[in-house]
Amino acid sequence: MRRMLTFANRTMKEILRDPLTIAFGLGFPLIILLLLSLIQANIPVQMFEIQHLTPGITVFGLSFMTLFSAQLISHDRESSFLTRLYTTPLKAHEFILGYLLPILPLCIVQSIICYIVAMILGLPFSINIVWAILMNLVPSLLFIAIGLLCGSAMNQKQVGGICGALLTNLSAWLSGIWFDISMLGKAIGGFANALPFIHAVELERAVLVGNFSSALSHLLWVAAYAVVMLVVAVFMFLKQMNKQ
Amino acid sequence: MKNAIEIKELTKDYKDIRAVDHLNLEIQDGELFALLGVNGAGKTTTIKMLCCITKPDEGDAFLKGNSICTDSEKVKAIIGVSPQETAVAKNLSVTENLQLICGVHGFDKQTTQEKISQMIEQFNLQSVKNKKASKLSGGWQRRLSIAMALISNPEILFLDEPTLGLDVIARSELWDQIRTLKGKMTIILTTHYMEEAEELSDRIGIMRDGHLLAVGTADALKKMAGKEKFEEAFIAIVKGGAK
Repeated sequence: MRRMLTFANRTMKEILRDPLTIAFGLGFPLIILLLLSLIQANIPVQMFEIQHLTPGITVFGLSFMTLFSAQLISHDRESSFLTRLYTTPLKAHEFILGYLLPILPLCIVQSIICYIVAMILGLPFSINIVWAILMNLVPSLLFIAIGLLCGSAMNQKQVGGICGALLTNLSAWLSGIWFDISMLGKAIGGFANALPFIHAVELERAVLVGNFSSALSHLLWVAAYAVVMLVVAVFMFLKQMNKQ
Repeated sequence: MKNAIEIKELTKDYKDIRAVDHLNLEIQDGELFALLGVNGAGKTTTIKMLCCITKPDEGDAFLKGNSICTDSEKVKAIIGVSPQETAVAKNLSVTENLQLICGVHGFDKQTTQEKISQMIEQFNLQSVKNKKASKLSGGWQRRLSIAMALISNPEILFLDEPTLGLDVIARSELWDQIRTLKGKMTIILTTHYMEEAEELSDRIGIMRDGHLLAVGTADALKKMAGKEKFEEAFIAIVKGGAK
């Protein structure tokens, strides 16, 4: 336990001390929240109403956590840092937990800050905000697992492309955060619905308005994706470890 | 003298390439042994197998009597490794990097503090102890990397290309550090630099295509190859011209 916590502590420090974490992980989602709220103030659009927008932004922000974790793991592999640690008594599960666990509180802090800014912008406080923040742990797990998978399977350049460009765009455009997915037609709408991102956003929206019965199906969808992704990611990490 | 390392028929294949081919070697306790060879000779693969990072396809090796195939946990507890590239946590300070290694070895708080102070003094890291590793020069990073390998008091230390890419002053300083370790533990050093192997090692092993071509002191290898300079002897042995 002590060994894993030491390694987890290092993971958190590495991520928090990277200025890009603050710039993208926190700054970018907040800028979008502010900009779209500004548009909403001038040209009212239901999609951009603060109680509708904020849950989507908290989910979108998680895609940056995928990027950070994937970059760190990929860098550790390429720089031989992991090779060094493989020669220490650290065990495989301690590596995996040491990469996964420290990012969860970062996801929570990111959601809390988004909701605080949303309240400043007019979102009325309710206990459902707390539930929404807690429920965001499930999508967080999904995004962190994608990070572990990408970091284990790709080099830093590929991580930048896949996580930095593809994943952030997928979670931005196919999640129904800023427009109704049905506008894209049946095929793309069906594709988007098969992915977990739209369900993560709908889960958060439903919880925020207290519609827990509607949230359940989305929760199960996202949780199933998270579990599968986690299993694949762990398998890939162990494969890389043995491939050494 | 007892053997610290006994390598028996160690073999590793990567797809169609045999990286290490039935390697047999014994390294004595307290010896500084250098593995020399051109690129692809099998040095790093040999080190990776001895450090339990890579599993051998055939054969075995025993580090202080512990098999790399069946006792990898015991092996990991007695070795220290400084990998080829400078493997430090870039956003952590020098002290934090040392703390990290103490932590993953499970040392308590007091032991950790004692060991960090000891390493900082031994490697003259006082002036940079609070600096982030990413802000250090290559020479300082390499010093830190070796300090990280030594902090667990290993009985066997692996230094994979420890001075690669360093300027002449940084290299000389690092050689001084390595000299201070001689005799206190068994050290396996891989290098491309002939003068490094000649200057630091008790014995040298020359590898090519996964085979160990020759083993001996620098003088013995020069004599064997019939050359005056060690570099010429190395070339002669690798090219197969040694008599």
